[in-house]
Formats: sequence, structure tokens, C-alpha cells
Amino acid sequence: MGEETTESQPLSDLRPGDKGKVVAIELPGSARGRIMELGLTAGITVEVVRFAPLGDPMDIKVRGGHLSLRKAEAAGIRVQKL
Amino acid sequence: MAEPLFRRVAIAGNPNTGKSTIFNALTGLRQKVGNYPGVTVEKKTGRFFGSHGEAMELIDLPGSYSLQVRSPDEAVARDLLLGRIAGTERPDVIVAVVDASNLDRHLYLAAQMLELGLPMVVALNMVDVAEERGLVIDLMALKERLGVPVIPMVASKGTGMIELKQALSRTPLHVPEHRPQLPIVYETELVALSKKLPCPPDTARQEAMLLLSMDEKALAEQGDAARRTEVTEAQARLRAHGIDAIAAPVDARYDWVADVCEEAIHRRGEGADGLTLSDRVDAVLTHKLWGWLCFIGLMGLMFVCIYFVAQWPMDWIQSGTDWLANFVEKHMGAGDLRSLLKDGIIAGVGNVVKFLPQILILFFFLGLLEDSGYMARAAFIMDRLMSRVGLHGKSFVPMLSSLACAIPGIMATRTIENRKDRLVTILVSPLMSCSARLPVYSVMIALMLPAANAWQKAGTMLSMYMLGFVAAFVMAWVFKKTLLRSETPMLLLELPPYRAPVLRGILQRMWDRALIFLRRAGTVILALSVILWALLYYPQHPDEKASSSEKLSYSIGGRAGHALEPVIAPLGYDWKIGIGLIGSFAAREMFVGTMGQVYNIDESDDEDENTNRIEDKMKEEVRPDGTPRYTPLVCVGLMVFYVLAMQCLSTVGVVKRETGGWKWPLFQIAYMTTLAYVAALVVYQGGRLLGFH
Repeated sequence: MGEETTESQPLSDLRPGDKGKVVAIELPGSARGRIMELGLTAGITVEVVRFAPLGDPMDIKVRGGHLSLRKAEAAGIRVQKL
Repeated sequence: MAEPLFRRVAIAGNPNTGKSTIFNALTGLRQKVGNYPGVTVEKKTGRFFGSHGEAMELIDLPGSYSLQVRSPDEAVARDLLLGRIAGTERPDVIVAVVDASNLDRHLYLAAQMLELGLPMVVALNMVDVAEERGLVIDLMALKERLGVPVIPMVASKGTGMIELKQALSRTPLHVPEHRPQLPIVYETELVALSKKLPCPPDTARQEAMLLLSMDEKALAEQGDAARRTEVTEAQARLRAHGIDAIAAPVDARYDWVADVCEEAIHRRGEGADGLTLSDRVDAVLTHKLWGWLCFIGLMGLMFVCIYFVAQWPMDWIQSGTDWLANFVEKHMGAGDLRSLLKDGIIAGVGNVVKFLPQILILFFFLGLLEDSGYMARAAFIMDRLMSRVGLHGKSFVPMLSSLACAIPGIMATRTIENRKDRLVTILVSPLMSCSARLPVYSVMIALMLPAANAWQKAGTMLSMYMLGFVAAFVMAWVFKKTLLRSETPMLLLELPPYRAPVLRGILQRMWDRALIFLRRAGTVILALSVILWALLYYPQHPDEKASSSEKLSYSIGGRAGHALEPVIAPLGYDWKIGIGLIGSFAAREMFVGTMGQVYNIDESDDEDENTNRIEDKMKEEVRPDGTPRYTPLVCVGLMVFYVLAMQCLSTVGVVKRETGGWKWPLFQIAYMTTLAYVAALVVYQGGRLLGFH
């Protein structure tokens, strides 16, 4: 897919402190299901808290909790930067 | 114990909700740990009494995020709740533990469980934390929306326990009728599919929902091909309506959860959005520089404690066994029985029990790390390195636990979703230096560096641990590239808020582990000690005047050691060390016990029994040319051998259970023994080439 929603960008591109609204989760089945069940559903606001000391994975805040995922997966989550 | 059960209660919830604390508080010491039939997930059950003294059984389900499972642990929770486990009925009531400060996420699993049609009681734990965060929870509204009793609790302080018991004793229990608001087309497909399923009507809807939410990969593991087609066709029809079969139920539940939270939770002031103490702690502990320093510092502290603090109780146990040995020596006539008692049982078991303090300290630390929430951060920090070798940050936790003992470590791999990654972690976990290696390291270091201070000794020991780490990483990389080739698994890890660990829970686990260890010492190790003693004692030398060394040579064990000598001579070992290797094949900590026997028997003619320490006896040991047998190089080589060799029948047993056959445990023994031999050979021969001796 990609650029038809001009304002959306991959979650992995956000900097620590940035917030974004999830637009779409473009990941294969089980990964998509799992990520959503942990609270990352379309329409929710996420905040990038930090990246791990070695640059990957990232720590994001969603629904009041902290979740850690790799940039590889975060790249499949399209967000609208707020 | 035989009195009839009033009710069977299952306790379920997300990880880190204080589920175990509630379980421990309710059951106290009336717990037992077993296994579910056919699978290897630990089944923890206990008994407690309701508010009128009714006996109830409490089943502790593994923590999970969803009933749509991704790991064997979660599968057990799902199967038990759906009554899929043969011979085990569905529980009468579920206690759903939720963290009051995280309702926005934790009500998701609760919502799923409400759909099961089983009576339920919600244990709203950690209401104190929620209050600190400025959350005001409207209990009446929450109860109303969930349709089940809600008990506010602070499990770590015991608050709410009586009310929970009362709720569980109530008759009749109310069955909730909750269903997520799904699109009509979805509902139609769900009903159609559930009618085709062979399961009882009360779970058919749930089963159908789980099937519809599966992707191709998960479906491929379902045996029935016709069912698979039905499901994929249904999913395709939904897609034609613009509905994602996987996302729809998740969205529906989260919409409901958000709605409930909106109604039942009120935020006071700005508290909720500000940085919590936990966030501020995290800023340091996962910091680019401080994070590493803290990580390394913590690991270092753990080993220093194991080395320094454990020394006292270990000395007490040692003097206890010495006293016992002397007592036997004085009060019994010389003969086979005295030798069996003193050299077999007391020396063998005593030398192993001595390490109980170190094991306890290790489990204490691991308990602290786990319960405080630091373990997840360790996985967060280490994930990059782990993914380099194709593993998951979560693999780090089993590997770290394997520092105490590979058995809990291998059991901890159950949280790893992908089978191949789980296997790789199982294969390399025993390379991590477990506490049973400590005895070997301690003795070797004492031999090698008699005059060194405690720091140097601790440093040497730490380097052996590092070697285990490196070997585990390298082998994981090799396995991921060859035998078990697969993509690096996805990381999705909750970083729970930091919490003060509940001491009682940690002590409970230390107690459990101590019991397992002592039971092992009392059974397996006792039996092995007696067998070994017999191997080293019989047949007796025909000439009673023969020297002790000749007598030992004459025994079965001595002959086996001699037979092994050509193989191990290139490592710098003699037949006596050969006996030690044979003796410790079943349990590596037996090396010290065996060497104790080897030298006790060897010296038993001597009158001075003051030097009962193994390291002292080993130090006196010389080669045929009169130079010491245990040179620093031999000691290093032996330690390296023990870092890498499998030598633990209990682990072999667990690996067999976990992998479902003999193939992997046998492979593991083979690869680890080869690795150990080659590495020890390189150390000894290489060291000699470099001029060490």
C-alpha cells in the first residue's frame, strides 16, 4: 500500500516523545492479531517513549501501559503524527 | 484431604497482575505442582476454604493476554477454560484478576472470559496503585457493566481476601451474559460455523470465534481439512464485506472496554498523564549508558553475593558434615558399613547439600528481578543482541534463569511462541552456568588460586559464567543458521510498571526450589552416592596390605577410570579425574562428591583427618613425576569442560518432556559433550604450547 494517505507514516519513524494516532496495521495475520490484542488498535493514540540502548526495540506507551516492539514491526504500523 | 470439593475455582489473568500473590494468600502451603496430562505446562493447584469452611480447589492458570493463544502456556489456560482437557472438567467459577491501574488493557482478557459463559468474580487488584495515579473507580458502575461481582483488593497486603472468599462461597453463582458487539455479518458466520463444530453447545460459539480469528498458519495446524476450508471461506466472505476477521472481535472488545472505562473510571487532576515513578525509574534503567551500567552492576552484585554471603552457611554445613563423619568414624567399628555411611552417604550427599545456600541466594535474586519487573527490561535491553543470533529478547529470560538451574529455565521457554526458537533456547540454555556448576568452580578456583583474594576468585568465576554466555550465543546462532533455520521471531513485550516485590512470594518460591533440590539430594543423589561408593569400594583388593591407590585401581570405578584415561589424557586428566567425570555424568555437582570419595578412600589409612577439605586433598595429588596433578592449566581446562558439558540427567529428563521425545535430548548430550571435550583439549594443549603448565 503506502503513500495514498499522505500524512501517515510508519510508527518506527517517530522520535521519542512523539505521539501518533494509529491509522492502519499492515502486518501479517497473527502479528496483527497479537499487536491489536495488546491494545494497539486503529484509532488509538500511541507515544514513543524511547529506544533501547542499542537502538532497537522501542518502548511505546499505549492505553496507559508500556509495550516493547522492534522497529521492523513498528514499520508496519501506520500512524498520523499528532 | 479427602473431603468433597464444594467448588473448583480457576484463577486467571494477565501476567503481572498479582495473580500468584492471590493464589499464595488463599492457599498458603496447601499447594501442589503437577503437570497437565499430555502437555508439559506446570499445573499449580491448591486448596482453600470458603467463608463457611467449604473446601475448594484453586487452579492457577498461566498468565496470558488473550484466549487467542500464541504459546503453550496460554493454550493451557484456554483449554482448561473451554473444557478441552480430557478428564478435567471446566471450572465452576473463574477469578479474573485485573490490575486496577491498567483496566484499559486488562479488561480485554476479562471481556473474553466473560464470553465463556462461566460464573466469574473479578478481583480488582492493586486499587492502591490506581488511587495513587489519581484514578477513581466507580465500583457500582463497573459491577453493573461487567455483570459479575467485583472485589477491590490489595493482594500484597491481604486486603479484600475475605470478600473474595465470600464472593466465591455464594450460591448460586451468577452466569454473566456478555457478548461483544460484532458486525451482523460476522455474527451470522459465527452462528453458522458454531453449528458445524463437534463441541458441546456451551463452548461452540467460543470455539467458532477462535477459529475465525486464526490466520493461515494457525489454521494449517488444525487437523481437519474440511474445517480449514470452511473457515477460510467464511473469512473470505467477511473480507468481501470489508471486515477483517482477525481484527473485528479485537476492535469490538476494545470498544466495549473503552466504553466501560469511560463510565467507571474518573481521573482526578492531572495524575494520569504525568510521569509515574515507574517511568522515571525506567528513564535510568533503560538509559543508553546508565542502563548498561545498572544491568552489569546487578548481575555482578548477584555473583558477589553468591560468592561472599553464601560462604558462611556453606562453612556451617561443611563443619556439620565433618562432625558427622568424625562421629561415625569414632563410634563405629571399621568395615563396609562404616565406609558406606561415611565415605558414601555423608560425603556424597553432604558435598551436594552444601550448595543449598548458593542456590537459595540465586533464586532470591531471580525472584526479585522477576517480581520487580526488571526481567522484562533485561529482555528489552538484550533484545538487540538476542536478535543478532536470531532469537527473541524473551529467550534471555530462560537463559538468565538457567543461571540458577536449567530446569526452571527450560520450563520458562514456554513463553516463547515459535517452536523452533523455543527449541534453540532449550538447546543452549544448559550452557549457561547453573548453580550445580558452582561446586566445581569453587573447588577448582580454590585449588588454582589458593592465595588470591575474594575479588580475584569472584572474577575468575565470573569469567566462567561469561564463557557459558558466549557459548550459548554462538551455538544459538549456529542452530538458527543450520538445523533450526527460521526467521527472527517478532518481539512484543509488555514492560510492566516497577513494583516492590512481595517477599512472601519470593520466599515461597525459594522454599519450593529448596525442597526440589533437597528431595533430589535425598533420592537421586543419595542413590548415586551409594552406587558410586560401591563402584569405588568393590571388588575389594585381595591383598589387604595394598596401598589405598592400588585398592582404588582395583575397584570397578577405578577400572572404568583407567579405561577412560587414554581418551582424557590429552586434556591433562588422569584416571581419578576420569572417575569424577563418570560419577558426575548424571549430576555435575557429583564431581565434587565423587572426588571427595576418591580421595577419602585414598587417604583413609592416614591418621590425620583434619584435612577433610577436598581442595586440600586434591592439592596434595601428584603426577608420576612428582609435579602437582592439578596445575592451574588443568584446573582451567576442567572448569571449561564443566561449563560446556551437559552432565545433568534431570535436565535431560526435562528436555525430553518438553520436546516430546528422545531426539533432542540425545542430540543435546552429544553436541555439548563434544564441545566440552574439544574446548578442554584446546585449553590444555594450547596452553602448553604457550608455555603454561
